[in-house]
Amino acid sequence: MADATGIEVKNLYKIFGPSGEEMVQKVKDGMSKTELNEKFNHVLGLNDINISMPGGKIQVVMGLSGSGKSTLIRHINRLIDPTAGEVLYGSEDVCKMSQRELREFRRHKTAMVFQKFALLPHRTVMKNAVYGLEIQGVPAKEAEERAARWIARVGLEGFEDHYPNQLSGGMQQRVGLARALTNDADILLMDEAFSALDPLIRMDMQTVLLDLQEELQKTIVFITHDLDEALRLGDRIAVLRDGAVIQQGTGQEIVLRPADAYISDFVREVNRGRVILVDTVMDTSRTLDGGLTISSGIMLEEAAKSFAESGQGEATVVNDDGKPIGVLNVQDTISAMVTPATH
Amino acid sequence: MDWIEFPSLSRGSLRDIRVTVDGTVDTFLGAYGEAIEHAFDPLKDFLIWLEDLLISSPWPIVLAVLLGIVFLMSRSYKIVAGSLFSLILIGVFGMWEDTMRTIAMVTVCTMLAILLGIPLGILMSRSERVQRWINPILDLMQTMPSFVYLIPVVMIFGIGKVAGLIAIVVYAIPPTIRLTNLGIRLVDQDVLEAADAFGSSPWQKLVNVQLPLALPTIMAGINQTIMMALAMVVVAALIGVKGLGQPVLNAIANQYFFMGVQNGLAIVAIAIIFDRATQAYGKRLQKHSEVLHG
Repeated sequence: MADATGIEVKNLYKIFGPSGEEMVQKVKDGMSKTELNEKFNHVLGLNDINISMPGGKIQVVMGLSGSGKSTLIRHINRLIDPTAGEVLYGSEDVCKMSQRELREFRRHKTAMVFQKFALLPHRTVMKNAVYGLEIQGVPAKEAEERAARWIARVGLEGFEDHYPNQLSGGMQQRVGLARALTNDADILLMDEAFSALDPLIRMDMQTVLLDLQEELQKTIVFITHDLDEALRLGDRIAVLRDGAVIQQGTGQEIVLRPADAYISDFVREVNRGRVILVDTVMDTSRTLDGGLTISSGIMLEEAAKSFAESGQGEATVVNDDGKPIGVLNVQDTISAMVTPATH
Repeated sequence: MDWIEFPSLSRGSLRDIRVTVDGTVDTFLGAYGEAIEHAFDPLKDFLIWLEDLLISSPWPIVLAVLLGIVFLMSRSYKIVAGSLFSLILIGVFGMWEDTMRTIAMVTVCTMLAILLGIPLGILMSRSERVQRWINPILDLMQTMPSFVYLIPVVMIFGIGKVAGLIAIVVYAIPPTIRLTNLGIRLVDQDVLEAADAFGSSPWQKLVNVQLPLALPTIMAGINQTIMMALAMVVVAALIGVKGLGQPVLNAIANQYFFMGVQNGLAIVAIAIIFDRATQAYGKRLQKHSEVLHG
């Protein structure tokens, strides 16, 4: 699965209203969301979205409610039709598929997890999990064997014959995840999948997802309004506001160099120790002989822990091959962790 | 003072309209009446077969089978005991045969109403246009005095079983259609979206998601249909349907109070049996939603 295909979103526009297509040009000419709504009674959902979602990675799309993030994820499997633009999966444009092609694409290439779980209440956990395979026409016995594995993997073994109503929210979303994983699709779409859960259970589910991803390396598109969640999960993050992407990059890039005041407001309260890599802070001009070593690619918080445990003030940062690439000291580590980003 | 009276059409014009319409209906029925009548033959045969079966089989067997069906639907000994008690009283008071006729009639009418009503309800739920057309027709079917549409029906079939069957189905089918439509429309949008996201075809969505989730509502509609069918039994008796309705009519005509009450109560008893059994069945279908996480 190492060569999972990415998703390219190109010049995507979505304008809600009876004559959305005529409005695209007006938006391209610079008309704002408010103006479009007041003068023409059309709602600008997505405005010129360009995101290159890497294959086999977690792409997070973050934004507050009304920013268009849920609209965007529904364009990837075309639950919502775009007004203009392309969504490319390999060489295929999802927006140009016929109904039949689209159905095949949804059955075999994508699986989705929903904020409100959207389980079938009249079906047991097992029957929910096999839904995707059933739709594809996979024989019941084989489908249940495949589903059983994922049900166990998300920690629901023994609950196969329960109905969703008998489970807690966290367990219901595990069913949602098992249902999506059983589909064995390359793309996993997660629409605020953990937002409805309690904080502790949410952390728990994030861990489950990260563990699974290490093994599966699917192309995951994860929607959230929670920056901490975005930073924890996202290999890449795109921040959406009023239907437009205002910044995209890795979590560290966004925290260290917020594109505007809106984002710096957002990232002010973030635990920077869990976002910034030691590589960013270390001094590459010199190396040390002996002493404490920490590996490249870990977060500042972990480095701080090493400092605290060893009682030393400086450490060598070594790369994967064990070669020293720089020096990190406690002073810099702490300042990087507590200095808020300013725009 | 001409404006006191409403300017109606003259007597002559009214008569002309009447004659023309009646003439057209006559010609139409003359041409197609027989074909229509024969189209209903299988239904008539089935009704007669069921009636014969219920009447000519030994009563203990019929009683056992009826109670068995009630048990299968309700899984409740209380409802079965109530049914046993009412059916025995019905037998003791000499209404067994009439009751069997009425049960046969209501059963066939309900089956027909389900067979026609559910597909129509599905159609209606899928298109605003169809809904706009069917709704006023359903209003008409429920409010138009039955005797009016009985005129052409009797013209085709004469008085008897089939005319009664049609009258009952026309009157009783609207709840099944309406509640099928409503039930499907009320299915949670989130769940439908999930079904779409996994690539369900419209048919798969209907069978796997919409119908099962609408089923409790559809069952409520069928329950109403049965109740309305029973309510029509007396009216149907006017056009020659045998059963519990005829003694009621007889009682009205001759002012036999006891006879009226006795047969009326028998209708009530069957209605309650049908109602409790179907409602308990509907409730069992929702078993999955009962046990909530604590």
